[in-house]
Amino acid sequence: MRITEDTVKYVAALAKLTVSEEEQQKVATDLDRILDYIETMNGLDTDGVEPMSHVLPVKNVFREDIVTNQDNREQLLKNAPKQKDGCFAVPKTVE
Amino acid sequence: MKAYETVIGLEVHVELATKSKIFCGCTTQFGGDPNTHVCPVCSGMPGTLPVLNKQVVEFAMAAGLALNCSITQKCKFDRKNYFYPDLPKAYQISQLYLPICRDGGIEIETAAGKKTVRIHEIHMEEDAGKLVHDPWEDCTLVDYNRCGVPLIEIVSEPDMRSADEVIAYLEKLRLILQYLGVSDCKMQEGSLRADINLSIREVGAPEFGTRTEMKNMNSFKAIARAIEGERKRQIELLEYGRKVVQETRRWDDNKDTSFAMRSKEDAQDYRYFPEPDLPPIEISDEWLQTVKVRQPELRDEKMLRYEKEFDIPEYDALIITGSKHLADLFEETVALCGKPKEVSNWLMVETMRLLKEQEMEPEAISFTPAQLSALIKLVDGNKINRTVAKEVFEKIFKENVDPEEYVEKNGLGMVSDDGLLRSTIEQIIANSPQSVADYKSGKVKAMGFIVGQTMKEMKGKADPGMVNQIVKEMLDAL
Repeated sequence: MRITEDTVKYVAALAKLTVSEEEQQKVATDLDRILDYIETMNGLDTDGVEPMSHVLPVKNVFREDIVTNQDNREQLLKNAPKQKDGCFAVPKTVE
Repeated sequence: MKAYETVIGLEVHVELATKSKIFCGCTTQFGGDPNTHVCPVCSGMPGTLPVLNKQVVEFAMAAGLALNCSITQKCKFDRKNYFYPDLPKAYQISQLYLPICRDGGIEIETAAGKKTVRIHEIHMEEDAGKLVHDPWEDCTLVDYNRCGVPLIEIVSEPDMRSADEVIAYLEKLRLILQYLGVSDCKMQEGSLRADINLSIREVGAPEFGTRTEMKNMNSFKAIARAIEGERKRQIELLEYGRKVVQETRRWDDNKDTSFAMRSKEDAQDYRYFPEPDLPPIEISDEWLQTVKVRQPELRDEKMLRYEKEFDIPEYDALIITGSKHLADLFEETVALCGKPKEVSNWLMVETMRLLKEQEMEPEAISFTPAQLSALIKLVDGNKINRTVAKEVFEKIFKENVDPEEYVEKNGLGMVSDDGLLRSTIEQIIANSPQSVADYKSGKVKAMGFIVGQTMKEMKGKADPGMVNQIVKEMLDAL
């Protein structure tokens, strides 16, 4: 097994997910199977194949440097559970 | 105490001078009411997609070329994952695997001599929002105006050994970027931010010591103080046989000390992966060539040209080209009035004096080439004398007055009325028997008193050449 329960706990913590004790084993097995599946690709001969960084055959999609948006704060802050002085108010974060 | 060496590398974040953000059409303007420069894309609403601003790529290429880097012609973005409220998507779009520029370097000069600081890479990324602590409700307020403003991060090799070298590097970097028009590099507004990686080792040691990273310096002076403070702190630790902990520290310039922010133990694992929402970038040779051809004249070339083309001293050229704004002002004013030496004098003497007096940076000068050129023409055409010109200049500098209008309105035009000058001088000579006697007994300097009195009487507006001539003529005739 390449994915251990410790790996699951670590990744879950990074992703801020709660995975219960019972789920941990199952998640580890599932993730391991996913890796196995991807592993099949190692059987292919990729000599001379250029590495791909995107699945679609597109490149250089740009926009021109033009300001198109205007103040939309009222709409934006409708999504805020809490707001104050035109800002999103979130639990105190200290660096 | 053993002999120690300080080893410093810099990560410099520069906000690019684009009009719109990196992935959406929101303005990048500094300030503005909180959250008024924000849209669904830069606030990370589900279902939105980023589209790359072409100008960002061109600015990054321009910076890379000017810093002697090689350009990664096949490049792409990566996703850096972390949870922090300044980043609404919970990830920052950045570049890890294929940064747009690599392996550059610039030459710096300090009292210790010349050296090259190598540049490891430059990558493109988006800036994060701003967090303000609310002391009343004990919560944090988030403003996303800055979120999505394009940045380049310029990462140097650990090639610097002193605060002097760091400042020289930053100053050179700032000038290059300003000349390119890639960024305004205002530290106060956060458009140039330097993180300092610093470690200490015994002189001659083959390995680097453990380094710390220091953030939050908002002026070159603060950077110099922070380096000195951190150098001392690390040496003290080593001298007492303790270890330097690899950590990020926050500089507090008011307290003149730094505080640990986060240590290596809880160092983040950013789980970078290729950004799926953005297709790759392919920079063709032609595109690269277009950007190369467009590169403007940089400081060193400009300095040489000023000395040659305008025949101004090397020192003046150095000071004027030391600020892009000053250099622009100089060239545009010269184009208007055709008097490079005069323009250079006004910038070097009066402008510098007022900048110092007002504790201002040259970038903050608000008068226009048209105003300075008009003033120079007034002096040149004998409309006002130099004393008055200085007074008018101060008004131009501080209050942006129109020089011609101001002279007219305040009756500052030069008096070269022969009759009026003669009658005034006659009166003064009559009232100054001592000076006249002195002059007559060979103390030529005594003439200065009469001239001074005349200028005073004329409220400084008399043509000094004429006054001198008339005074001498009248004294000699006595």
